[in-house]
Amino acid sequence: MRAILMSVFSFFAAATLSVTNSLAGEVEVLHWWTSGGEAAAVQELQKMLQKEGHMWTDFAVAGGGGSAAMTTLKSRAVGGNPPTAAQVKGPQIQDWAELGVLTNLDEVAKAEGWDDTVPKVVADIMKYQDGWVAVPVNVHRINWMWLNKAVFDKAGLAYPKTWDDFFAAMETLKKAGVTPIAWGGQNWQEATVWETVVAGVGGNDFYKKALVEADMEALKSDTMVQCFEVMRKMKQYTDPNAPGRDWNLATSMVIKGEAAVQFMGDWAKGEFTAAGKKPGEDYDAMPAPGTEDSFLFNVDSFIMFDVKDKDAKAAQAAMARLILSPEFQVVFNVNKGSIPVRSGIEEQPFDSIAVSSMGDFAATAESGGLMPSMAHEMAVSPAIRGAMFDVVTNFYNSDMSAADAASKLAAAVGEAM
Amino acid sequence: MSEAKRFNPLDYLERTLPKLVIAPSFMAMMVFIYGFILWTVYISMSKSTFLPNYDFVGLIQYVKLWRIERWYVACKNLLIYGGLFISVCIALGLLLAIFLDQKIRLEGVLRSVYLYPLSLSFVVTGTAWRWMLNPGLGLEKLVRDLGWESFKFDWLVNSEMAIYTVVIAAVWQSTGFVMAMFLAGLRGFDSSIIKAAQVDGASLPRIYWKIIIPSMRPVFFGAVIILTHIAIKSFDLVVVLTRGGPGYSTDLPATFMYAYAFTRGRLALGAASATMMFMMVMAIIIPYLYSELRSRSND
Amino acid sequence: MTEGGQKTYAERLARAVVYVVLLLFVVYFLAPLFIMIITSIKPMSEIRTGTLISLPRSPTVEPWLKAWGSATIGVSNEGIKGFFVNSLKITIPAVLISTLIGAVNGYVLSKWKFKGSDAFFAMLLLGCFIPFQVILLPMARTLGLLGISGTTAGLVLVHTVYGLAFTTLFFRNFYVGIPDELVNAAKIDGAGFWRIFWKIMLPVSKPIIMVTIIWQTTQIWNDFLFGVCFSTGETQPVTVALNNLVNTSSAVKEYNVDMAAAIIAAIPTLFVYFAAGKYFVRGLTAGAVKG
Repeated sequence: MRAILMSVFSFFAAATLSVTNSLAGEVEVLHWWTSGGEAAAVQELQKMLQKEGHMWTDFAVAGGGGSAAMTTLKSRAVGGNPPTAAQVKGPQIQDWAELGVLTNLDEVAKAEGWDDTVPKVVADIMKYQDGWVAVPVNVHRINWMWLNKAVFDKAGLAYPKTWDDFFAAMETLKKAGVTPIAWGGQNWQEATVWETVVAGVGGNDFYKKALVEADMEALKSDTMVQCFEVMRKMKQYTDPNAPGRDWNLATSMVIKGEAAVQFMGDWAKGEFTAAGKKPGEDYDAMPAPGTEDSFLFNVDSFIMFDVKDKDAKAAQAAMARLILSPEFQVVFNVNKGSIPVRSGIEEQPFDSIAVSSMGDFAATAESGGLMPSMAHEMAVSPAIRGAMFDVVTNFYNSDMSAADAASKLAAAVGEAM
Repeated sequence: MSEAKRFNPLDYLERTLPKLVIAPSFMAMMVFIYGFILWTVYISMSKSTFLPNYDFVGLIQYVKLWRIERWYVACKNLLIYGGLFISVCIALGLLLAIFLDQKIRLEGVLRSVYLYPLSLSFVVTGTAWRWMLNPGLGLEKLVRDLGWESFKFDWLVNSEMAIYTVVIAAVWQSTGFVMAMFLAGLRGFDSSIIKAAQVDGASLPRIYWKIIIPSMRPVFFGAVIILTHIAIKSFDLVVVLTRGGPGYSTDLPATFMYAYAFTRGRLALGAASATMMFMMVMAIIIPYLYSELRSRSND
Repeated sequence: MTEGGQKTYAERLARAVVYVVLLLFVVYFLAPLFIMIITSIKPMSEIRTGTLISLPRSPTVEPWLKAWGSATIGVSNEGIKGFFVNSLKITIPAVLISTLIGAVNGYVLSKWKFKGSDAFFAMLLLGCFIPFQVILLPMARTLGLLGISGTTAGLVLVHTVYGLAFTTLFFRNFYVGIPDELVNAAKIDGAGFWRIFWKIMLPVSKPIIMVTIIWQTTQIWNDFLFGVCFSTGETQPVTVALNNLVNTSSAVKEYNVDMAAAIIAAIPTLFVYFAAGKYFVRGLTAGAVKG
């Protein structure tokens, strides 16, 4: 009976069965850049690969900042047919590499000199046991503060550089009847602000201890309590309707002048541009208070699954090489609003904010201020990140004290290890 | 009984046919439902992290699970949300079905209006609901703009009340289907009984209350099962409407499970939460199922 | 229900109440659709600057055209139209197969009970309370073993299997209400298992077939989880495309296109609802056998 049933199923699907057989030099690429500028950026890669004679099969899955794509990837891997390449970031690269299913990319890396052009902090994330297993694509800076120029001018305020100045300015703005901080009340946005505060209040070394190494002492230290207090203080400068708000709606509050500042990564720039606003005239972006010497980075990357097929292997190598080629780095990052992950790229095609970001990227790579973002899955394992998210969002949305938050944070992280 | 009759192959086929017909479904159920449940239970006691791993470690994940504050929030929410959702859907669905059954003009249009929400994917509908329920954008602003300045409807951004907004949107989506189930039941009801009762002088509401509604028991049963199923699986709804927030105040076991099993690479803990959730539902559903199936076979 | 004659004041009042209640709920049910439609015909500049629930000042069909044929989804710039075929290929066979099996199952479980049939039914119902997210990985493995990983056949199988509990439930509960005398009389007349099913049960099943088809079509057409996990880039259903269009991580949002796409994606299910409606006809069983 079951056999009959099965044949009925395959009868209905006979037309599509043949499609899955792989063609020569084909790469099936799982990614979550599905629309707008991001998709336009990916299309460039597809075109370049096709020019070299390789086939690109698109496997786009958006949602939850890549979490839907990761679920799909796992089910594909368990089913025994992983895609040829997949967008995977941060510590998860190590997880996949440990299973021994990834293609080693050292050959391409050596030929292209990746070790010389990609900063070591970033390269380390891409390597498993000293061998390249992932290709970085782009860099987003997280610790930006976006400001509406007119709102500050009208209130006669200078842009704040320290937390004291910041809160003084917020107080003035609140009295002037503006919503000082445009807040998006979703856990990842709250975590984004929180990690920016941790870097800004605690400094670079503290950030690394607490959010990269997940050091227990740092997590429950007084400095951490201070960071939570700053978060708590921010809340009184947000509006009551913030919970659940999308980041782009928060950005639009700044664009319209309903709010003065927003803390968000550099993708917020796209919203300003789409609304026809100009940096320096209508709005400005600067590192959040206390983080001029910090660069919290979010780097997207691709891993390649080990394939037997020779042509597919060649396509993988070509894809890896193309991703870090100067030509693609420019066209991709201009489209996506991020900056190149490698050095030696012309500044000319980029806008002023990207250019300043590129300068800081190189400088902080030297100084040690270049640090992986916890909120954007670059620093700690997903389990620890999740534990941190829960504590931060619960703290922010309840009346928990800062001291309790710090000790809960340490406990939750300890449990997740 | 003659020997010949017992060996009649046609007769034998006739008697086993019902079992044969059920067999494929039975096998599919054993593999795809119970096999997978066993797999999940095993995984919950394994070392699995981001992918399945079959090394046995025992019940440690269950201990961990019951230490996580968020899990309690999720369970409590499921009780509030599930209870309200099921009872409101049934009450409204029955009411609408009975009203629609009164030879209403434009019945077809109304029926479709009540049903259509089910056809829309929540990925986007959730956005519309989020706007409407948001005090700064939607209903509250609208009413205030109309002149009622002190009107307040801020459940969506209130940790205590946000779960009720999930109920509002969920009821909106599923009531139509319950209505259709009741309508199918009402349409299958023998109208000569109603006429007979009316001849006896019973009023219409009384006929519904005493005769028709009690006869809908299988439909109630079906509705409870299906709504429980929807309630337990509510996932998109929460993800789009509140993202589990403010904080994680609107987290449900399904979103909890997904977050741990997939997003956070803690498959074993996710499996443990799924197992717990399954057991809790069993504790509620089995007695109900037992009494329903039993009482009806006694009819 | 009043048969001709004069309507009393109370009856007229009751009728008015019925209409008022029905219409009030129309408002509740239509409000989100209203928001979606007005948003879908606003240009983006209006959405960005105006309030979200205000009426459009300069309506446009541009977002609809874009959602259908030119919106960017992954590396394709052809909107969601291409994904419709994939969804149809999954939904049509899965709905038909699961409805048919459900009807037969329901028939057996109500009219041909055997020892253990109630237990089977109970197990089937209990099984559907497992959250679908946990079966993703074992299902993926099973599909891999069957050699239909990432195919439409695989998705049809998944949807059929997980639809069975409900299709069986619907039909069984409906058939329970059909008098046993009807079946017994036919048995005495010498009708067999299949003959009774085709000649007696199916003809009276229209309302419940509609309920089942509505349920299954909706579930399968709107499914995202299975569609995203058990498909490949080329077999993705329309919900995955819709999600890809709507759920950008950091790209600029186009709410008008999102809303238009969502409505377009729902058209096949809406069509089923409207088409199915006329089969809700009263009193099919009445008088067939004396109740």
